[in-house]
Amino acid sequence: MFAYYLDLARRSLARDRALTALMIVAIAFGVGASMTTLTVLRTLSADPLPGKSHHVFYVQLDPRKAKGYTPGTEPPEQLTRADAEALLRAGHADRTTMMTGGNAAIEPARAGIEPFLADARWTTSEFFPMFGAPFAAGGSWAADDDARAARVAVISRALADKLFGAVDVVGKTIRVEGTPLRITGVLDDWRLSPHFYDLNTGVYGPGEQLFAPFSTSRELKLARGGTMDCWDEVPDPEAVGAPCTWIQFWVELGTTTTAADYQAFLTSYSQDQHGVGRFERPPNVRLRDIRDWLAFKEVVPSDVRLQTWISFGVLVVCLINTVGLLLTKFLHRAPEIGVRRALGASRRSIFAQLLIEAGAIGLAGGVVGLVLAWLGLWVVRNQPTDYADLAQLDLPMLLTTFVLAIFASLLAGLFPAWRGCQVSPALQLKVS
Amino acid sequence: MYPMHFVPILSALRRHRAATALIVLEISVTCAIVSNTVFLIQDRLSRIDHASGLAEDELVRVQLTGIGEKPQASALTAQDLAALRAIPGVRYAATANMVPFGNSSWNTDISPIPRDPDAINSAMYFGSQGLLEAMGAQLIAGRSFTPGEFVAYADVQAEKAHPPSVIITRGVAERLFAGKTPIGQPLYVWGKEPQTVVGVIERLARPNEAAGRASAAYAVVLPIDVPYTVAGNYLIRTDAPRAVEVLAQVSAALKRVDASRIILGRQSFAEVRKDYFKQDRALALLLTGVSISLLVVTALGIVGLASFWVQQRTRQIGVRRALGATRGDILLYFQVENFILATTGIVMGMVLGYAINLWLMHTYQVPRLPAMFLPVGAALLWLVGQIAVLGPALRATMIPPATASRTS
Repeated sequence: MFAYYLDLARRSLARDRALTALMIVAIAFGVGASMTTLTVLRTLSADPLPGKSHHVFYVQLDPRKAKGYTPGTEPPEQLTRADAEALLRAGHADRTTMMTGGNAAIEPARAGIEPFLADARWTTSEFFPMFGAPFAAGGSWAADDDARAARVAVISRALADKLFGAVDVVGKTIRVEGTPLRITGVLDDWRLSPHFYDLNTGVYGPGEQLFAPFSTSRELKLARGGTMDCWDEVPDPEAVGAPCTWIQFWVELGTTTTAADYQAFLTSYSQDQHGVGRFERPPNVRLRDIRDWLAFKEVVPSDVRLQTWISFGVLVVCLINTVGLLLTKFLHRAPEIGVRRALGASRRSIFAQLLIEAGAIGLAGGVVGLVLAWLGLWVVRNQPTDYADLAQLDLPMLLTTFVLAIFASLLAGLFPAWRGCQVSPALQLKVS
Repeated sequence: MYPMHFVPILSALRRHRAATALIVLEISVTCAIVSNTVFLIQDRLSRIDHASGLAEDELVRVQLTGIGEKPQASALTAQDLAALRAIPGVRYAATANMVPFGNSSWNTDISPIPRDPDAINSAMYFGSQGLLEAMGAQLIAGRSFTPGEFVAYADVQAEKAHPPSVIITRGVAERLFAGKTPIGQPLYVWGKEPQTVVGVIERLARPNEAAGRASAAYAVVLPIDVPYTVAGNYLIRTDAPRAVEVLAQVSAALKRVDASRIILGRQSFAEVRKDYFKQDRALALLLTGVSISLLVVTALGIVGLASFWVQQRTRQIGVRRALGATRGDILLYFQVENFILATTGIVMGMVLGYAINLWLMHTYQVPRLPAMFLPVGAALLWLVGQIAVLGPALRATMIPPATASRTS
């Protein structure tokens, strides 16, 4: 029966070529637009650390002055250097890391390459295992290197290629702001998207090329980047005791400590600091895992969400359009339906037949819509945004396109098919 | 248009309730979306045109960083500035801690009274002597800085010197000194002592909009002479037609002073602006594409439905023609019918469009839809409807009167 209805659908669709094309284009356009924006939205809200995002937490404390305090307010988004270093020493978690963004001039040893500025991250050794950074050669520097402010660095594969034309360059040195650093490891291609661990230095950008111990960066006075908030004027805001927040602090929990334990630890730490007079406000701590942190920071650009809504508006218009066209088409075929009814076809089978015709349009619309979505994503990739190159159509989205197209066309076909199968056989036979 | 046309049209539409309702619904949703997208496009485009207050056509910006520590930063800066001023076509050159639309920003809270909890957040520009002249900012009251007012950044950091004066924008003057002249008034900008307001400039845009639309007009300029190592920017004002020519020479001039530095960027101000607003332009373009496509889809829907109705009414049209109706009458019939459908859709669309805007305002901080954008959407849909119906209607006028006498 299904094959017969498909054949009927094919004939009917072939009869009114212009109308059929119109419906296919309308569905395709709506589906293409929705799938383009949906793919971008999905890409941008993807989990940057699958499997681990519920075990890695961002730490916030409130070390500010009592002045201007209102209970229930959000603590600063970053830590002071003093607190970060204290928490790092305390451990109390599976892994801990403190960091700040930065940049540094690099002088290549190879002839013919001008000095250039590289984006950098000044951090601690557990950064790499905590965020699952893959090494192509070597590995992280040792915990001891953090303590000694050793002259060591980890570089990206791209930087290794640029400087040495090779990947395995462990043991070689790189000149950073005039100081040679020994390379302990080279990262394989690695890009966390969103760049969740520090959203102040770009959200969807390509990430850093150079990593060195935080302690080393301070000894060498390497430039820091990102956001810094101070609540008092001080000569050196980067000093240990400065009243400035500029450090990101992350912990990995789950094995030795639970999140609740760590939260309690942070509260007691704040109380101790309050006790010695460093913190003037009552303990106000936050411990958010990666997903919560991204949701709190609203990282998905509102333009992208706006575009998604607009494209679904477009899909609605295209669907209404298809409903209207299907309705006229099916009512136009009242005589034919009347004959089929008179020859014994049930309402049910007429309804099924018409719905199959609508579904066939949806399938064709899905194919064309896929092409349009592919084109749409090509346009997105050529946009001047830092997430442009992330927008790719993958298998789940490909399947979603067809499901959406067929579902949309069946939805659009419901009412016209219902109206179509209401045709009374006798009336139609009489008039024609 | 004769009122009597409406009666038969309405009764004909009543017989096609479902199809009529659908086309009206389609028009209304399209109208609602298009009024909003046209508004969003206009909103983005107006941002792109946001005035900076600078002599943009004449400006070139160079970003520079050293390698390692530069103990002679101030001396090097003086040499750089001399080298830049020596380039033919350069009128002024100065260091600047930031530039409008440059993104990276120094901000501070300012107020006429000390430790004011209600101080306003303002952008804080400073740079070497001649910064205001290099910017080409338009002074509307008071005076520019005198050479004696400039203090060295290092001395200010060490609290050995204090910037004595400040120049504010009209926006700051109106917000903090409403109704009185700001010249000579104290303003707390930097440090524990106030600066004296010596001048007011018409406008100076902030490097970014992070502080929100309400604070967009708040900027101050301090006479703090800052070396390039801290400022990061050289701002160069040229004779307008020679900006490109000067731009080509700045790298070589700076390299001659000290080659061990990295030039991170050199751009004409037009490029700085273009770079800053590229996402707005992209969104405006995208929304334009979506709006046009929506109108096309709706137009095709109208064409489809009208064609069907023309086909269905072939006999009636023949009868009307046989009874003396002219081709013009037939054409008018379909046009009026479309006008009624479009108008109904538009009225519903305006309500829906307004509702969508309220929701967008709530969710995405989009500004309120000005009433003028609803008629824009309406006019677009009337136009699209009339154009779309023209084809099928003209086909209807070709139906010969003889059709009436033929049996179908």
